This record gives sequence, C-alpha cells and structure tokens, in this order.
Amino acid sequence: MNAASRPRPESGLELYAWMFMRISGVALLVLALGHLLVMHIINNVDNIDFRFVAERYATPFWRTYDLVMLWLALIHGLNGIRTLLGDYVRPQGWRVFSLAALYVLGFIVLALGTLTILTFQPPSAMASAAGIFH
Amino acid sequence: MVKIREYFTYRGGVGHWSWILHRATGVGVFLFLLIHIVDIALVGWGPELFNKLLFLYRYPPFRVGEVLLVAAVLYHALNGIRICIIDFWPQATVIHRKLVYAVGAVFTVVFIPVAIYMLSAVVK
Repeated sequence: MNAASRPRPESGLELYAWMFMRISGVALLVLALGHLLVMHIINNVDNIDFRFVAERYATPFWRTYDLVMLWLALIHGLNGIRTLLGDYVRPQGWRVFSLAALYVLGFIVLALGTLTILTFQPPSAMASAAGIFH
Repeated sequence: MVKIREYFTYRGGVGHWSWILHRATGVGVFLFLLIHIVDIALVGWGPELFNKLLFLYRYPPFRVGEVLLVAAVLYHALNGIRICIIDFWPQATVIHRKLVYAVGAVFTVVFIPVAIYMLSAVVK
C-alpha cells in the first residue's frame, strides 16, 4: 500500500503534472518559507507599507524572487485544486464547468500578479506627490 | 458525491490523517494566495490606497489568521517532504509511521516558538 500520495502516473501530461508538484514543492520549500520568514516573522505588517514595497522592488532581486514564487505557487495550487475537483465533483457537467472556472480564475490571477510585479514603479514622483517621501 | 462521514470513519491510520490535512491546508493556502495576489495588486494604485488597505491586515483577528497561515504552509511543506521521500524511496514505506510522527515533531518544534513570537508582536 502506498502510504503517501497518489500513485505515480504512467506517462504523458499526468506524469508531468505529478513530477511538477514535487519539483515545485521542493522549490517552494525555500521560496515560500523564505517569504514567510522575511515578510511575516522578521518583518511583519506593522512595518510593511508602500514605502517598504517600493524599497524592496527598487532592485531586481526581490522582483525575480516574487515572480518565480508566484508562478510556482499558483500553478502548484491550481493543479492541486484540479486534482480535488476531479476527485470530488462527480457529475460530468459540473466537473467540466468547475475546471473551466478554475482555469479562467487562474489565468486572471496569474496575469494580475505578474503585471503587479513587473510594472510596479517605485516612483519618487508618485510617492512625493502623495507626501510619504519627504 | 463523497460523504464527509467517510473521511472520519475510514480507518487509514496516520497516513489517512496526513492526507486529509495535506488537502485541507493546501486549499486554505490556495484561497489565501488568491486574496493575497489581489491585495498586493493594489500597490499599483499608489501609496494612499495601499497603506489604507494594510490597516485591515493589522487588526488582531487578521494577525491570528496570519499565524494560522504560517501553520498551514509549514505543515504542507513538511508533509510534502514526507510525500517526496515515500515517492522517490519506496523502501521508506517501511517506516512511514515514523515519518508521519517526524513531521508532527518538526512542526511542533518550529511552529510553537514562531507562533509565540508572532503573537507577542500583536499583544505588545
């Protein structure tokens, strides 16, 4: 008996999905736990504000970090939910509908997150106009 | 449809409970991730809106939620390591109960001090 998880698929897309969950999972061990450590334990919502984000995104390192984490975490999560929908939504019509809704939602959120990370300007003009950088 | 009752009457032992927890924490973290992507997207509308929104996250109930989020991510991560061990080294199946207990032990040792530290920042 397999005590751990779903059996490894034989081949094809399901095998890649299975492998992706494990590889992205290991990457997210570092990325997501590192993110929690930096943003929720060392820093926390008492000292995180717009200025904090602006300083953090002034160099490419954290943008790259966040972008890689966003894609891996979101696709990992979407594939996980896809698995659950396949397991629990038995009627064919509802299953197709819920999967379609999941993919649309996933695409929108992935696009929104990617745009946020890539297009954010730490703008001295915008910030001083709002009066937070004196 | 799957009956909820079967989740609690199926006697799969510790592996069964790990499986339930892995799914539950995965769903929880995914739902938070969706919200989190949207709230961070507001940074694109400038400092006033973004800073105003952050006050929401500073309310104590949200801080407790934040601690629960850390718990969910930590459990999912540690149990994920266990899953990879079993998947890639099938011989480890022999000690699969010990691996479950190891996940619980590491979780407890890491989470308790982190939770105390995070909550002390709220109380002070």
